[in-house]
Amino acid sequence: MLLIECPFCGPRAEVEFRCSGEGHIARPETPENISDEAWADYVYMRTNPKGLHFERWMHQHGCRRWFCVARDTVTHKIRAIYKLGEAKPALDEPKTEGEGA
Amino acid sequence: MQRNRLSEGGRIDRSRPLKFTFNGRPYEGFAGDTLASALLANDVRVVGRSFKYHRPRGIVAAGVEEPNALVQLGEGGFEEANARATQIELYDGLDADSVNCWPSPDLDFGAIVGRFSRLLPAGFYYKTFMWPPKLWMTYEHFIRRAAGLGKAPKAPDADAYDKRWAHCDVLVAGGGPAGLSAALAAGRAGARVILADEQAELGGALLNGHEEIDDRPGLDWVADTLDELRAMPEVRLLPRGTVASYYDHNFLAVYERLTDHLGPQADAGPGNPRGRLWKVRAKQVVLATGAHERPLVFADNDRPGIMLAGAVCAYLNRYGARPGQAGVVFTNNDSAYRTALDMAAAGIAVPAIVDLRPDPGGDAVQEVRERGIEILANHAVVSVAGAKGLRGIEVAPIDPSGKGLAGDPRRIACDHLAVSGGWNPAVHLFSQSRGKLDFDTDLNCFVPGQSFQAECSAGACNGTFGLAGCLAEGHAAGVSAAEATGLTGKPGKAASAADRPEGSIRHMPTVPGKHPVGRGKAKHFVDVQNDVTAADIALAVREGYRSVEHAKRYTTLGMGPDQGKIGGMTGFAALADSLGATMPEVGTTTFRPPYTPVPFGAIAGRDVGALADPARTTPMHGWHVSAGAVFDSAGQWLLPDHYPREGEDRRVAVRRECLAVRGGVGIRDGSTLGKIDIQGPDAVRMLDWVYTNAWGSLGVGRCRYGVMLGEDGMVMDDGVTARLGEDHYLMHTTTGNAAGAFWWMEEWLQNEWLDYKVWLTSVTEKWAVVNIAGPRARDLLAELTRDIDLSNDAFPHMSVRSGRVAEIPARVFRVSFTGELSYEINVAAGFGLALWNAVMLAGQRFGITPFGTEAVHVLRAEKGYLAAGQEIDGTVTPLDLGLDWAISKKKADFLGKRSLTRSAMVREDRKQLVGLLTKEPGIVLPEGAQIVGELRAAPPIPTIGHVTSSYYSPILGRSIALALVEGGRARIGETVSLPLRDRTVEAELTKPLFYDPEGERLHA
Repeated sequence: MLLIECPFCGPRAEVEFRCSGEGHIARPETPENISDEAWADYVYMRTNPKGLHFERWMHQHGCRRWFCVARDTVTHKIRAIYKLGEAKPALDEPKTEGEGA
Repeated sequence: MQRNRLSEGGRIDRSRPLKFTFNGRPYEGFAGDTLASALLANDVRVVGRSFKYHRPRGIVAAGVEEPNALVQLGEGGFEEANARATQIELYDGLDADSVNCWPSPDLDFGAIVGRFSRLLPAGFYYKTFMWPPKLWMTYEHFIRRAAGLGKAPKAPDADAYDKRWAHCDVLVAGGGPAGLSAALAAGRAGARVILADEQAELGGALLNGHEEIDDRPGLDWVADTLDELRAMPEVRLLPRGTVASYYDHNFLAVYERLTDHLGPQADAGPGNPRGRLWKVRAKQVVLATGAHERPLVFADNDRPGIMLAGAVCAYLNRYGARPGQAGVVFTNNDSAYRTALDMAAAGIAVPAIVDLRPDPGGDAVQEVRERGIEILANHAVVSVAGAKGLRGIEVAPIDPSGKGLAGDPRRIACDHLAVSGGWNPAVHLFSQSRGKLDFDTDLNCFVPGQSFQAECSAGACNGTFGLAGCLAEGHAAGVSAAEATGLTGKPGKAASAADRPEGSIRHMPTVPGKHPVGRGKAKHFVDVQNDVTAADIALAVREGYRSVEHAKRYTTLGMGPDQGKIGGMTGFAALADSLGATMPEVGTTTFRPPYTPVPFGAIAGRDVGALADPARTTPMHGWHVSAGAVFDSAGQWLLPDHYPREGEDRRVAVRRECLAVRGGVGIRDGSTLGKIDIQGPDAVRMLDWVYTNAWGSLGVGRCRYGVMLGEDGMVMDDGVTARLGEDHYLMHTTTGNAAGAFWWMEEWLQNEWLDYKVWLTSVTEKWAVVNIAGPRARDLLAELTRDIDLSNDAFPHMSVRSGRVAEIPARVFRVSFTGELSYEINVAAGFGLALWNAVMLAGQRFGITPFGTEAVHVLRAEKGYLAAGQEIDGTVTPLDLGLDWAISKKKADFLGKRSLTRSAMVREDRKQLVGLLTKEPGIVLPEGAQIVGELRAAPPIPTIGHVTSSYYSPILGRSIALALVEGGRARIGETVSLPLRDRTVEAELTKPLFYDPEGERLHA
């Protein structure tokens, strides 16, 4: 179980949080003017990377605030935690080896 | 009479005899025994039958790795399957039976399977029963009965379990010399330490021998160390606590057994829990989990009486029980020579030590020589006699190639054989933590390599088997763990022990014998628990299996309850041998938690029965109960489904309730409806985003129906929102969706609309809601309030007024989910019951009738109103539901708007909401029934939709249904078919509105 450092409350166990999916997905400014494909890309398509993933979490059983987490989906290491509206931190892509079955 | 009990020595209490029963026979042991040691002391040689071949099996080990002595323990609510006899502390009255045999392990009908063992090769499931596939279910039924271990208990668990969180600087897993040294060093440095060990008594391997530490008995050092640790306020010792699982970010689960050693408890339950699951977050972890001895793979190496050499030491030294009268030691390394010395000291005749090595030569070997025990170097055990208990062995010299024999076998009489093939560090937790294993070719075992988390391994689990090394490594690990957490107290000096040099090990994946593996009658087991032989592994390789993960699954190697604690590494070695590969090339299978089984009860803890999921009740719940209501649940809420009167069934009660509402006035508890208080100058901006219609024009005191969409354009929720003040709104959500709708709005406010001045508060439970509905509702309300003008002009449909009802401050919403004149009276939750009683009293002369959720469903379906979870199922757009009128044409954007114009959303063959009237008015269709347009004689018959709501409408005197049908609106008037299990029903598609189409009653 992850240990997540809520920027407002401090380190807490994962069970207090709810993952809110991939972060940094901007809603198109003028949806009426974009293609069906571009809109579907915004609604449905996510990157699902093996490795560094920028995602949003919400401290559901705490302050109930959203924030951003840069997490490695292979190692589960949390690389960075930052508040909404802050820029994506510059992080190296990890070199990950294949994991056992 | 305990035939094999030593007259003195060991850590048992001979003054406290305990009676127990095994397979129906009475025996006696002593306090301090395990079930296994007591059975051994009583000369019980066969303790069970094997998994597949039903071969008689005896005790092999003294600890967690025991493969054979699995028992069905206790009965009723205390029954447990596959309990390891080596870990069951004996208590008075213990009652256990062998698993996988009938009627007894000595006389087992299933053994007939063993005679046909040629028919049960590796992968036999896949080969034998592949065809015809239809019969697989039949085959499997018989195979499952024949092969298997314990039986799942039938009665509910009588015990209760606890869960507890804990945080510490250093968690030490294992209480042997390394673990105790680590805990002591870290504790002295000032660390908060938790030390957990699966045994009742701490000391680890020191309990099984007579090693010395700091020039005195090792167990004296243990006692002093424990005294010092217990005196430290920040140190917690958890004996009988197994560190079962090592998860991410140094989160570990420890299962602590609280009452198992006392037997079933008369007061079992929450006041006296059986076990406790500790959830520990540790800054640093020291793994000191010891090692498991490897068996040797030779002909019929599973016979009762063949034991691990280390286990023999444990039984002799710790439990004062000997495995027999005459025993041979069979080894490839030095450690088993200590066993021979212990055996001789206990009065056991030791005719020989059989050693695979040509030139054994460590310290212990020298002692054995001096003692005059014959050492048969470069020899192998080539056959064993005694299927139900060892009677003798044959040994022969090994030829120079190491693959065959160099002389004739010679027979040695003995009743037990102590075997050692070296030691495997218990790297389970290290591996769970995702550390990488390295292979140590000198020790011929995998050892911890690169760490992944903040942990370090010390002692035998690190490949350091000597006592001196364990003490030094444990101490160093404790020091560095404390330092890593920033603690600087003085850790003191490491304890010391004599360094005893050992000779090297001779690794042989299989011992040479009279016949090659797979020929002859003998079996060479690599995994005794799951009956996997070296021949099975070789066969898997011949059939093309290469990967250790595949070979494991194909042969079932290491897939028993012990998860390969004994068989895994011997199996991997056999695989490497068959493949002609090295051990590092073969690698290991993945170690997964838990290390040993954790009861499901402990994982559930107190969250069982009524506490499994909390039940939410309204302030009027007690009244409903007294009125005899039958309850239904909506999410976690409990709501009256109907209120049956004497002699009424559900159907009759619901009809009566429906007609009362349509004809007079009904009363309903509406408290569970989700209520979100919305305040702030940007409230209307937010509503314009989350609902499809426009909110700017809604006046204070008015209500409006809203439809909430996801960005995918699908309806998430619907409900009525009222404007209570200039910047103040109250949103109603469906009962089950209140949290979801709240989350959805909060997410947008926090993530996207950061500049909005708007605040949301969930007030669902702050208000009790009494709903009165029916043509007499206004007359009834008039009896209860003087300060609200109830006239249709002053208080029209879809508006809200404040005032006093029954002298209680109230908000009254004129809204309707039944199609009747309807008021929802909201009062502070604490007044809910008082209001309900006042309304019931005043309603008497109107014949007021309480109605439940089922009547509501009938009434709303008559009006074609939607229900979340029925019509609103996450796959329908507002257009599908005919809610075009609720979609603003003027707003530039709202959540989900763009999706409504995607090509897939505007297709005319999307499922659309329609009504359904059966040709036979008495037939009530089952909800979920599939609708077909064209009925064909044989499948496949394409379906065009399904029934979402279906009821008998008392006011119409016939059945009604709502359905989602492809292109349904254009098909209105057509007849469709619904093939049911026993008949096919015809029905006509209609508009989804059956009663009062003009809404006159609503506005009356």
